[in-house]
Amino acid sequence: MDSSFAITGKGYAIVAADMTVSRSIVKMQYNEDKIKVLGSHLLMAFSGEPGDTVQFAEYVERNIRLAQIRNTYPLPPPSAASWIRRELADSLRSRSPYSVNLLVAGYDLSTHEPKLYWIDYLGTMATVPFAAHGYGSYFALSLLDRYHDPEATVEEGLATLRRCIDEVSKRLVVTPGKFKVKVVDKNGVREVEL
Amino acid sequence: MFTILVEYAMEAISHAGTVLAVLAKDGVVLAAEKKVTGKLLDLSGTKEGGYGGSGEKIFLLNSNVVAGVAGITADANSLVNYARTAAQKHLYSYNEDIPVELLTQRLCDLKQGYTQYGGLRPFGVSLLYAGYDPHYKFQLYHSDPSGNYSGWKATCIGANNGTAQSLLKQEYKDDISVEDAVALVLRVMSKTMDSTTLGSEKLEFATLTVDPVTKKPKSKIYRPAEVDALLKKHDLAKKDEDAEMKTA
Repeated sequence: MDSSFAITGKGYAIVAADMTVSRSIVKMQYNEDKIKVLGSHLLMAFSGEPGDTVQFAEYVERNIRLAQIRNTYPLPPPSAASWIRRELADSLRSRSPYSVNLLVAGYDLSTHEPKLYWIDYLGTMATVPFAAHGYGSYFALSLLDRYHDPEATVEEGLATLRRCIDEVSKRLVVTPGKFKVKVVDKNGVREVEL
Repeated sequence: MFTILVEYAMEAISHAGTVLAVLAKDGVVLAAEKKVTGKLLDLSGTKEGGYGGSGEKIFLLNSNVVAGVAGITADANSLVNYARTAAQKHLYSYNEDIPVELLTQRLCDLKQGYTQYGGLRPFGVSLLYAGYDPHYKFQLYHSDPSGNYSGWKATCIGANNGTAQSLLKQEYKDDISVEDAVALVLRVMSKTMDSTTLGSEKLEFATLTVDPVTKKPKSKIYRPAEVDALLKKHDLAKKDEDAEMKTA
């Protein structure tokens, strides 16, 4: 039932993910952070099979950190996203594949552009201006198609995201509850309150 | 024990054909001297030029890295093959050209391994890597048989490397352009090589620049005919004595 959204704007990317952990019909937790900070300018929202998600996210987090220690500079967002996609694609063809869907957002310091990648558990990757995973995507994608503006300021971007979350809260049978929101721009990663 | 083997390898390299490279602000220039082993060596095939117009001393390791090798040719071929595979593996995992220093490290890790364990001799090869990546733009590295590597603005390996180094030290200027670097490389090369006249049968040449349109690194390994044309342009070409006689 998890929902996650992400958008890019003028010099930034925003990622939002719900904070509930549920099992069957029961909400077990309502303050879970489902957005990993993979580096100074890289974010990853993860959703999917409980257990797989955290396991895979931590695996990615540590490998990206390892690459940064070895090379002295962090992996640029396109390379990091490609590596993550490759890991999922290889996992899919193993005995125990990860069922994890991801939104990878970053700010590329060499091109000075925000980057957003939509990745699913089958190893599909797409570079997109906005993205969503989960039931929330059924409502959010049409809104984002209508209201997304690549030239929008962070405030306008957050307002667009607010629309998506409000719509999902209104229409979905089970309200996702609170959302965690993180922004990445040239200054790095920060958490914001909606 | 192994340090002695490495020193033997280093000694062998200091007799190998000279390889010289200069880092410019908008590219890297690489030149190599081919040792012609004798009159009976059949060079008819080399006139056409191998893959990329070269094939003896200068190699394309990846679309963003050109290397010049000095030392045992058989070892060099094996290292070039390893480097190309390493570059493709990086492309497979990260969907990007391998950063130049990372490729250098891959090769140096391999070379270092042979200094640590018994039973095998080290690679008798030094390399110069001319490359480009978005992290540090244009770069020039040198690696030796022990697996040491270092970055340079201009450097030289092989025979007469001391002479060439001191010439480069005198004449190198920061912010040198590719054109000036080409002239500098040819000038130093003509002074350090044994023969008085330069020609494509003795010289390999390459440049690495960035394509102004695509913004992608563009390597050019000169074909023998192009090398001769370049030498002629810089007035270093072999003088055709017959032609001079005719005009006289």
